[in-house]
Amino acid sequence: MPSPPTLNRRALLSSLAAAGAASILRPLTAAGQSRTILTRAIPSTGERLPLVGLGSWITFNVGDDVLARDSCAQVIGAFFQEGGRVIDSSPMYGSSQEVIGYGLNKLGHPSQLFSADKVWISSGGRGPSQIEESRRHWGVPRFDLLEVHNLMSWEEHLPTLFAMKKAGRVRYVGVTTSEGRRHDEMEKVMRSQPLDFVQVTYNVLDRQVEDRILPLARERRIAVICNRPFQQGALIHQVARSPLPSWAGEIDCKNWAQLLLKFIVSHPAVNCAIPATSRADHVRENVGASFGRLPDEAMRRRIVTHVQSL
Amino acid sequence: MSEWWTYTLADIKSFSLQTYYRLFELYNAAIWPAQIAALVLGIGSGLHLPHRGPRRHTWRGRAIAAILTGCWLWVAVVFHAHRYATLTWSARYYAWGFGLEAALLLWAGVLRGRLMFERRPAGLAIFLFALLVQPLVGLLLGRTWRQVEIFGVAPDPTAIATLGLLLLATGRVRWELMVVPLFWCTISGATLLSMKAPDAWIPLTAAAVVVLLAAWRTLGRRRGRARRRDNTG
Repeated sequence: MPSPPTLNRRALLSSLAAAGAASILRPLTAAGQSRTILTRAIPSTGERLPLVGLGSWITFNVGDDVLARDSCAQVIGAFFQEGGRVIDSSPMYGSSQEVIGYGLNKLGHPSQLFSADKVWISSGGRGPSQIEESRRHWGVPRFDLLEVHNLMSWEEHLPTLFAMKKAGRVRYVGVTTSEGRRHDEMEKVMRSQPLDFVQVTYNVLDRQVEDRILPLARERRIAVICNRPFQQGALIHQVARSPLPSWAGEIDCKNWAQLLLKFIVSHPAVNCAIPATSRADHVRENVGASFGRLPDEAMRRRIVTHVQSL
Repeated sequence: MSEWWTYTLADIKSFSLQTYYRLFELYNAAIWPAQIAALVLGIGSGLHLPHRGPRRHTWRGRAIAAILTGCWLWVAVVFHAHRYATLTWSARYYAWGFGLEAALLLWAGVLRGRLMFERRPAGLAIFLFALLVQPLVGLLLGRTWRQVEIFGVAPDPTAIATLGLLLLATGRVRWELMVVPLFWCTISGATLLSMKAPDAWIPLTAAAVVVLLAAWRTLGRRRGRARRRDNTG
């Protein structure tokens, strides 16, 4: 359910103030590009990640279809070419992990990859074997980030993930939820566990996390990844019927995808949005939101008002 | 799956409609010309349906049940376990469900010879729809001819045709044999709906019509028995 139309101005301003100089967006030069890509620091380490990643839900689940796998590899290639780093998947996403592994292998395992996967199994005891299977699918020596998918059996999985982190078998640990569900429990986990990341649903129409989750993430120094940035494509289809407003140029947006993504990643608590796509031209558009100016608070309010009016 | 109540249809959806149709395209290419054999067996089943009459055609019932058993087993193993499982973890459970239906048909229809059929318009129409019309509807609604689902090798027409044939079974309504096909029609319809597929209505409508017809027949038989009891009493 969408939250009320007004933004939580106080929370946003206090977050901005608290952010301080350390979290100010920093431009980095993208691989093979003269442009600079905007990044934000993971609070627990200071490591910087580009603002737009790549999701794999639905789009990369193409089974054994070699043509479709090659197409996904092209998407991954374009993503890295534009300067992207974070790729996100889950054992829940069918063949997506294998397809990512196929693409990475085809691309020679680009070093800039930040691999984010999840554990999604009710049995805590079977978590390690599922993680190992996922790792084999990706073909990576270890994951950068492992999260408990949709908080499933998090009490059992988190000790495993923290132990893996201590042993150097994963770099970051987190939990995820989606579609605004179980935020109370998410808040409880964020308050009680030493998380590096949370992943939540956040977009211009689904803004429940602005009330408690995002401010808490700032307070607890937890990085935030945002899923469903386009509401599974419904949002982009909805807005695409209308022309891009002329003022989108004021924040260097050339298309609706960039406007919607810039709304998300301009929140000071957000590290990264992870739109999924099966098209290389779309991934280029998406990563384009990591460049140029970002909206200030007034512009964010304008984006919300405008999209709601469509 | 714990916390299952937090998941919606949209969450369970994990592939696109394009990928689903492409699955059938690759599957059809891989099993060709099994589709022809399946259609021949399906048409053969229809031709072997006896007209209503006093004679019991046990061997025909066994033959039709054997064909259906083979079809359900094929779909369980070749489609669900080997193909569909590459897209969704739930396909392994679908494979077990289709295997269960194959076992039930084998037990009731082949081994015990308890399935006998007679021609009735509604059941026959549903059977023929699944056998001959459903692939054409798929073509009209956006699939290519390579992507159509064929009776005996694809789950939806196999389930719908089985439901049609079960409506032709003599005696009481065979609800115990209808549970799995009805469940599959619901699952398939929901899956297609989640992808906004234009043919999502087919399995859902077929299931609804079969339930109505079967319930109507069950009620009719109960009323008939009650009338006979009243007359004898």
